[in-house]
Amino acid sequence: MSTERGRIRITGFEAERVEERDSLSDWEAESGTGTESRWRRGLRRFKRNRSAMLGIAIVVVMSLLAILSRPITVGGVLVQPISLAPHAPTDILYLQNPSVGVYDPPSLAYPMGTDGSGRDLFSRLLYGGRFSISIGFIVVALTASFGAVYGAVSGYYGGWVDEVMMRIVDTIFAFPSLILALIIVAILGGGYWQLVLAFTLFGWAGYGRLVRGEVLSIKENEYVLAAKALGAKDRSVIFRHVIPNAMPPLLVLASLNIGTVVIGVAALGFLGLGMPPGTAEWGTMLDATRQTLIQGPGGAIPWWATVYPGLAIFLFVMSMNMIGDGINDALDAQETGVGRGGEE
Amino acid sequence: MSLRRFILNRVLSIIPILFGVSVITFGLVHLTPGDPISQMVALNPEVTASQEAQLRARYGLDGPVWQQYLTWMGNVLTGDFGTVIRTNREVSAIVLARLPETIALGLFGWAFALLIAIPTGIYAAVNKDAFGDTVSRFIALSGISIPNFWLGLMLILVGALWLGWWPVLAPSRLPLYHPQMLWYLILPGLTIGTAAAASIMRVMRTSMTEEMNKEYVTAARAKGLPERQVVLKHVLRNSLISVVTLAATLTAGIVAGSVVVETVFNWPGLGREFIQAITAREVNLIMAITLFTGVFIILANLLADILYAVLDPRIRYD
Repeated sequence: MSTERGRIRITGFEAERVEERDSLSDWEAESGTGTESRWRRGLRRFKRNRSAMLGIAIVVVMSLLAILSRPITVGGVLVQPISLAPHAPTDILYLQNPSVGVYDPPSLAYPMGTDGSGRDLFSRLLYGGRFSISIGFIVVALTASFGAVYGAVSGYYGGWVDEVMMRIVDTIFAFPSLILALIIVAILGGGYWQLVLAFTLFGWAGYGRLVRGEVLSIKENEYVLAAKALGAKDRSVIFRHVIPNAMPPLLVLASLNIGTVVIGVAALGFLGLGMPPGTAEWGTMLDATRQTLIQGPGGAIPWWATVYPGLAIFLFVMSMNMIGDGINDALDAQETGVGRGGEE
Repeated sequence: MSLRRFILNRVLSIIPILFGVSVITFGLVHLTPGDPISQMVALNPEVTASQEAQLRARYGLDGPVWQQYLTWMGNVLTGDFGTVIRTNREVSAIVLARLPETIALGLFGWAFALLIAIPTGIYAAVNKDAFGDTVSRFIALSGISIPNFWLGLMLILVGALWLGWWPVLAPSRLPLYHPQMLWYLILPGLTIGTAAAASIMRVMRTSMTEEMNKEYVTAARAKGLPERQVVLKHVLRNSLISVVTLAATLTAGIVAGSVVVETVFNWPGLGREFIQAITAREVNLIMAITLFTGVFIILANLLADILYAVLDPRIRYD
């Protein structure tokens, strides 16, 4: 503004106010001094995000508790000797100690009380993480990698390949994933690997659609043209240029999906179609106590048998969602303009 | 492309998806080892092999798979979904009887979600980063994280067992249109609507914050419009479009939720019927409900797309 020459006079202009105002973008002076990779900048932002770090802490602690709850043997070899849970998840306590009953309220010896079969709820809760959490991670690893390749191929080749591949995705999207998982479990029966398959078989469609959209914009970039001009094969262009650049939104979806799968596994357990009855899986545990709750108070209400297993699922899923939100903010996965960047 | 051509195109594009949905439904259910006939036979050892074959022929369960599919599709297109083999009841009659219960639950859930989420979303966006915003964001995060079956159990625990405001189960079930049913609808309705409410809150907050930074808002303020009018008239209208884009996904979520929530509250809708059909392996019923769900969600998606195109004149129809 050429105020010096006196043509335009600006009155009521306070320079300090302008300087004090928060900048709309999250551009900082330091980011101008050198090029920083998107990932490194993302990591730096992620570490500053307190709720995301809290989420990571909770997920790590819950996973460790599940692993360390009882010893693990693989093919007869003891790989994990620590046993944090005071009782085996299947131990019926009154068989050894007649003073322990069914649905005993929380006490010092049994911090979360006992369940309907007189088993220690606290031990079952620690152990129960093994099912839901590991299924969540396995399913997301499988579906995200398959979906990424599927979407990349569809978007990269375009034309009728894209058309057919995306109609398949649309068809899968016509069903809620829980309904499909229910039918698959109804066909195969319950069990650990059956649950993994139930959520994997159609779970990749979301990643496919997402990555395809990313690829459509990525393939217009000059570096893709350059790679092709240098004689790179389609496969190497897809895996070395296209997929790596589609990673940020994929990572966000994957982190949010772990929570969805954990809830889905627990929901099947709750509907009596997940792990076999009596398994210390969180949803199955809720199913076991539901009838006592529905039938109404026959004496005291065993609230602990309902509150704690659900709380465990809730805590884990919430932490996963906090991590997902954190990754989203840190990587700018949805860049929609200035002012939305690092905040939220 | 004109709006009308866009709508026509969208309507035509659902035809292959409908076909795909019928193939998935049929394919999945027919992979099931042990159809109802072999279950019936297992219960009654006196049935001979020829009688078994006769039964299969009667229910159209013989012949190659593609032929079974064509027979089934032909029947479905004429409105015949077969019968429940054990009770010999018409599948379509069951679906029609259960449907209003699920619709009532879904509508209540939607109404609750919109009623809670839109004002909260507006509040959060206007008072960004204030204490109330932080609280509402925490609640929204909890809402998308809470498993609906556990929320339902907790509501029963608190509302029915501790406070005693609701019976654990409605003592004798009244017809759906009875005014008292509205009271019984509250707990399952809250349970099914919570996830949708939380999602809408999050989207409303983001999109309203985004809209508030746009130039037309500055222009409206510069014109001297009261802030209330700027927010409720200009910003809100544009932000609601993002809720429309979410509507189809949320409807799918509510459909999936009805399976779980109806089981928790013993609500006699399609979702509970579906679980019972799966447990009893009633193939015809499973197929009918699955197909119905698929078609319903496709139509919901179509409607949301069209609504979006009508509401937002900026979009290009391609």
